[in-house]
Amino acid sequence: MFTQLIITGISIGSLYALMALAMSIIYKTSHTPNFAQGEMAMISTFVAFALQTTYQFPLGIALLGALLFSLILGVVIEFCFLRRAKNPTIVDLIVMTIGIQLIIQGIAGWKWGAEQKDFPFLDLDSQLVHFGDVVISHLNILTIGTSLVLMLLLYLFFQHTRMGTAMRATQQNEVAAKINGIRVNRIKAFTWGISSFVGAVAGLFFAPISTLDPYLMWEPLIKGFAAAVLGGMTSLGGAVLGGYLLGIIENLFGAYISLEFKSTVAFVIIVLVLWFRPSGLFAKHYQRKV
Amino acid sequence: MSTAPLLKINNIETYYDLLLAVNGVSLSVESGKITAILGSNGAGKTTVLRTIMGLLDDQPNKGTIEFDGTRIDGKETEDIVRRGISYIPEGREVFPELTARENLLMGGFIRKNKNEVNSDLQKVYEYFPVLAEREKQLAGTLSGGQQQMLAIGRALLNRPRLLLMDEPSLGLSPLLVKEIFAIIRTINEAGVTIILVEQNANMALGIAHDGVIMENGRFVRSGTAAALLEDKDVQEFYLGGGESEDSVKGYQRWKRKKRWR
Ligand SMILES: Nc1ncnc2c1ncn2[C@@H]1O[C@H](COP(=O)(O)OP(=O)(O)OP(=O)(O)O)[C@@H](O)[C@H]1O
Ligand SMILES: [Mg+2]
Repeated sequence: MFTQLIITGISIGSLYALMALAMSIIYKTSHTPNFAQGEMAMISTFVAFALQTTYQFPLGIALLGALLFSLILGVVIEFCFLRRAKNPTIVDLIVMTIGIQLIIQGIAGWKWGAEQKDFPFLDLDSQLVHFGDVVISHLNILTIGTSLVLMLLLYLFFQHTRMGTAMRATQQNEVAAKINGIRVNRIKAFTWGISSFVGAVAGLFFAPISTLDPYLMWEPLIKGFAAAVLGGMTSLGGAVLGGYLLGIIENLFGAYISLEFKSTVAFVIIVLVLWFRPSGLFAKHYQRKV
Repeated sequence: MSTAPLLKINNIETYYDLLLAVNGVSLSVESGKITAILGSNGAGKTTVLRTIMGLLDDQPNKGTIEFDGTRIDGKETEDIVRRGISYIPEGREVFPELTARENLLMGGFIRKNKNEVNSDLQKVYEYFPVLAEREKQLAGTLSGGQQQMLAIGRALLNRPRLLLMDEPSLGLSPLLVKEIFAIIRTINEAGVTIILVEQNANMALGIAHDGVIMENGRFVRSGTAAALLEDKDVQEFYLGGGESEDSVKGYQRWKRKKRWR
């Protein structure tokens, strides 16, 4: 039972981790808590749904199409909204992302209706593998595996490519980046693209265990946010760890303490972290130059 | 016959909101020379450099800046760097969570030829052996002096034709200051034109060919470094031990005299 809870906790935790990663990546570069992250993932998931069911494309194409869409969506949002603001305050930025959130939700509701849709495209949830008395669904395995691979790729990209290093450089000191010829605006747009992509992967894996509607990603967003706060919003490793931790804690809490209050665990964690360690559990302490 | 200047600033004005920080400054920098910009705190020296680099939105408000015959005012910083101007900002703006080596390599970001970048990296390591020793250390954990070397090295990796240096000696030990000035001279002898903003007027005029003196947003005096070193007022206010009793009176006289322009 315990092992079972841990494993399903890790599975849902990987989705939280992806959402937390997506939010932290943007926060680090644009200093924006992106409340539209969930909706960006939701509409990308709808694109996969539409490609598969409405336009009858094979699954692979539908997924690729959705991921490509998510990349472009991120870039477009940065270019059309965030970049236009001159010296925005954090409140301006939050209001802006909430506006984007409402716009996307409106579009999704108008195009696909507010009623819940079944997401047919991964029938892996019902296929199970048994290890002793522990049961894992194919979907869980795929979720955990894909997230790990994606995180590894992101790690390699950020740590070991020229572009990834330039992105980190921009996060750490924009002026210094500019005077070395790094095109800061492009980097930011690209960051939004990557982040949107990461969120979309979470959406695609979350839809089969939830129901596809315009509110699909509301919970994962809050959970991802909590996980990101655990990581101090700026530590990618911390965000990932926070995601897994939250998934596991929440699962255990739901089983042993209270199912009704399972979802509030995330909120309690946010409050506790802000209370005791506002810079996050794993944050490193460098002063950002402004 | 004189050649066309590498950098030509024509009567620029730069504002921070309503504050006029640079008020009608003109400057010609000839290729291959070191030009020192001296002046007290708040005179506007850094602002001149930031204006050249295009770091201030919508500035200069007036005037033009030409580099190698082309207008660069109003251009993006990223493009100005690509044309061959590098900037070592005041206060060592390194990337704190990149390693020393990664910091330096970001200096080579705009360059296509990676072999040349690598050989320039080795050159920087020869200038500053301590950076080679500490290439894996995060820049934010380097000492102030080491960070300053890193900022200089990173700018060199841009392979600039014109290098703007904002108080490279700030906060360094006297020994290191000497070393840095020797390196500035070496860089210049290798063909890089330099604009050097300094508080340390003696040292700066010691290696510069030309100099200007800035007060309250204007250039109040300019000339060859030798002439400035000889100049009575310059001696009194920038070279001498400015702490004396009558320096306030002297400053007022200086202010009156400044009207000669
Ligand atoms: N970001 C800013 N916003 C508003 N005013 C500024 C800003 N930066 C500089 N100033 C003002 O512009 C004037 C010139 O500043 P600047 O930094 O160019 O001086 P400086 O000659 O470099 O001085 P220092 O030798 O102390 O570095 C000062 O009066 C300063 O207060
Ligand atoms: Mg200055």
